[in-house]
Amino acid sequence: MSAARTIAVAALLIAAASSLPAAEIPQAERRSGYSFMAPDTKTMQDDDTANPGMLWVLDGEALWKSKTGASGKACADCHSDARASMKGVAINYPAYDKTLGRPVDLEQRINLCRTGHQQATPLPYESRDLLALTAFVAEQSRGMAIEAGADPQLEPFVNKGRELFMQRQGQLNLGCANCHDDNWDKRLAGSAVTQGHPTGYPLYRLEWQSLGSLQRRLRSCIGGIRAQAYDYGAPELVELELYLMSRARGMPMESPAVRP
Amino acid sequence: MASALINVPKKAKRGDIIEIKTLMSHIMETGYRHTAAGEVVPRDIITNLTCRYNGVEIFRADLFPAIAANPFISFFTVATESGKFDFEWVGDRGFSGTASASITVE
Amino acid sequence: MPKQANSTRRHFLGLAGGAAVLGTIPVVTLRPAEATPATLAAAIRNVAGEAVVRTGKVKLDVPPLVENGNTVPMTVVVSNPMTPDDYVKSIHVFNEKNPQPNIGNFYLGPHAGRAQISTRIRLADSQKIIAIARLSDDSFWSASVDVVVTLAACTEEAI
Repeated sequence: MSAARTIAVAALLIAAASSLPAAEIPQAERRSGYSFMAPDTKTMQDDDTANPGMLWVLDGEALWKSKTGASGKACADCHSDARASMKGVAINYPAYDKTLGRPVDLEQRINLCRTGHQQATPLPYESRDLLALTAFVAEQSRGMAIEAGADPQLEPFVNKGRELFMQRQGQLNLGCANCHDDNWDKRLAGSAVTQGHPTGYPLYRLEWQSLGSLQRRLRSCIGGIRAQAYDYGAPELVELELYLMSRARGMPMESPAVRP
Repeated sequence: MASALINVPKKAKRGDIIEIKTLMSHIMETGYRHTAAGEVVPRDIITNLTCRYNGVEIFRADLFPAIAANPFISFFTVATESGKFDFEWVGDRGFSGTASASITVE
Repeated sequence: MPKQANSTRRHFLGLAGGAAVLGTIPVVTLRPAEATPATLAAAIRNVAGEAVVRTGKVKLDVPPLVENGNTVPMTVVVSNPMTPDDYVKSIHVFNEKNPQPNIGNFYLGPHAGRAQISTRIRLADSQKIIAIARLSDDSFWSASVDVVVTLAACTEEAI
């Protein structure tokens, strides 16, 4: 680590260690990551013909209509026009799955549909096809207020997610809340810390030069604080996403967003 | 699955200066990255974008590895007549992508 | 010899990468080489030949502090009437410290109406960007901007 970064992190640790337990951000002070970005980056998100995330949405639209698996069925064969059937879906994810008895995120739901109804193989995490389908479905909820986590069956999982968000972990003994609840108005090595609301996933991250999922972002954040990241598809990542979405309840979806 | 997004106004008045925005899906691999084993990841970029307005070339760009992934390029042209804009991207390893957009000029 | 002047992390990784390219340590390198002032001058000479490149007429719009060096929005505007007798033939953009001096060449003409192009570029380090416009009378005009590039707070493993 560079000297400047060591000092920045040490300062955070000292501040975090000596402060009260992380307090959740008051509802009125919640801000999307969008508001922390430079004007040029905001413009990139706002213009559908300049937003690289829309390339994946276009691909997803094509995949939606293509037949796949032993069933020879396309998503459209059951769900017809996504503009109608998928409107308001992504704002309720992660959602409770009765069979599994736990929440699943949008990517997992798409794969459950593929294996259960299309007799197709599940798409690998972060594969272009899975990102494209997820982006296409999520985009149908763009502009709508997030409602995730309201289902009473999800309560124990929301609580688990909150625990995961608060717990200190890894070599730096940092919890997500130490930065994203307590220090979101500050910067870490030149980048804004932000409040960590997943209002625009899957999103085009300039650092990745690609669209990516919230799980990818969480894994890189957890690795960034020098803790062991959970594997793709791990229940902890879904619980974290569930908590984060419920923490963002009422904020509008921006998928596919652009972020630095 | 190469996909492109084009923004051309659907309608314009003769003599209007219009902005054309293009976005093409491409990794633009620089050729300067190495794998953990030390091997160079070979260059794979779009090298050229050409735009034709009713068959006449109105814009051309040479791209280098310094152009970011999923290249976004915008430029201007004078709307002279109704017709079609044809876009062609050419790159390493025989990459080829095309798109088109129509315009009504009154 | 690579410049020792600045101590940014990218430069350090570049030096580490230099060792890897020579075939010793298998590391993932980001910046194995740098353009030198000589290669930059050669790239400009390639375009302008022996003509004098004057400052002016060109406006180069890049955020002074970039959000992320991987994708930096850039706009070049040349003030010019764009008539059949007086127009911009082409715009050429160069950089100082990426592995290669060229960024892009953009070919216009009187039918363009406005001599303005926008794109997104990659910048390896804080450096100078130079835009050179060639007019219809084969005169060359330029502008340059100094851009500050910082690394993302947490550099990442591959997916």
